[in-house]
Amino acid sequence: MHLYHEHATPPPHAGSPKHTRGRHSALRIGLGGPVGSGKTATVAALCRSLNEDLDLAVVTNDIYTREDAEFLIQEAVLPPERITAVETGACPHTAIRDDISANLEAIETLENSGGPLDLILVESGGDNLTATFSQGLVDAQIFVIDVAAGDDIPRKGGPGVTTADLLVINKIDLARYVGSDLEAMANDAKAQRGELPVMFTSLARTDGIDEVAQWARQQLHLRSRHTV
Amino acid sequence: MLTNTAAGTSSSKAMLLVLADGRFPSGNHAHSGGAEAAVHLGQITNANSLESFCRARLNTTGLVMTAVAAAAASGIDALLLDDAVDARTPSPSLRATGRKLGRQLLRAARATWPDTSLDRLATERPHGLHQPIVLGLAAAAAGLHREDAAAVSAYETVNSPISAAIRLLGIDPFEASGILARLAPELDAVTARAVESSERAERHGITALPRTATPLLEINAEWHATWQRRLFAS
Repeated sequence: MHLYHEHATPPPHAGSPKHTRGRHSALRIGLGGPVGSGKTATVAALCRSLNEDLDLAVVTNDIYTREDAEFLIQEAVLPPERITAVETGACPHTAIRDDISANLEAIETLENSGGPLDLILVESGGDNLTATFSQGLVDAQIFVIDVAAGDDIPRKGGPGVTTADLLVINKIDLARYVGSDLEAMANDAKAQRGELPVMFTSLARTDGIDEVAQWARQQLHLRSRHTV
Repeated sequence: MLTNTAAGTSSSKAMLLVLADGRFPSGNHAHSGGAEAAVHLGQITNANSLESFCRARLNTTGLVMTAVAAAAASGIDALLLDDAVDARTPSPSLRATGRKLGRQLLRAARATWPDTSLDRLATERPHGLHQPIVLGLAAAAAGLHREDAAAVSAYETVNSPISAAIRLLGIDPFEASGILARLAPELDAVTARAVESSERAERHGITALPRTATPLLEINAEWHATWQRRLFAS
């Protein structure tokens, strides 16, 4: 299924702005959220869940290392040529929102070297609660927070919590150890987000990831209906 | 300032600001202009050494890139200029960075100033052209003149390491702006020299473009490219 390339082929139409994006280009889903909330673990779990029948690739935005990309390679969730790391010049939110150039180039290189892809996951570097993805970079975005960072995060809101297409609250297995009230988190998230979905996961136990994967499939389905 | 050309026409000041704006989304923010390696080597430790670093970069590789931007804006063959930049950039990492930034600027320029010559360039040169060439062509597509392209290029030469040093060393941002203001006369002087060089290159060929270099920047860049942990791509 996956063609292996020793050297990534440069994009044949480097520099295409978004409005020239091909009809058959991959769906792009961004994953943002604070440091340590489980973005990389979510990406890895999604890849494991989806890569049997979908052609996937991942772009990581590490803050100062290639650790996220290397973790995904070590976990063997995807072949190395399907994972690209982008450097963000100490500003992870800039790279996904204000100046998306490097991420767009990484996406195009993946699409042009790996054959047609169905889905590209763009993982943001760990950032603050205001970091959201540009519409020019992704089609939908997931914001990942965790119960251990405090159960008041959904109440505090902020663009990530309130506007992301999907809010994932991770590490629910830790809730009882850190005194986090899951029901209050769910209620606060509902108050902030209205009808937008919220899902609870525990990636240490793989709880909840099927639901997130199903949501990703639904995004693919919605997009294919719109573009056919 | 409206720029007067030989033909006496003026270019749009507002359009120049669009191209020169540090928020113009062309991928620059992830690059330090050599500052990250210099900080780690103790070559930049404070505002004073940052200013010296910028002055050196401006008058060497900065002059070359600024002249290339002016030459591209004035219509000198982009592919010849690309070879000229290669010949003036010994570090393979810096050559790769220059092309990467060129591709990213081309994307932003095509979206901002739709132009068939920029589209053709993207198709003909999928690996990209060096950034100052694309800058010159983008300036032309925006209706700007070679003087404008050169001024933007010179400014980027120093603005990039200065904004990186603010993040790397916590340099006082007000002090950093002061450095930029102090360097302004030198930026204008380099711009003027670069424009003259591009005019000579039109008459005598591209060998008339400047060849100044800072070997230490090239050596640092090769070292920086091997790091496992870094904040900036270059």
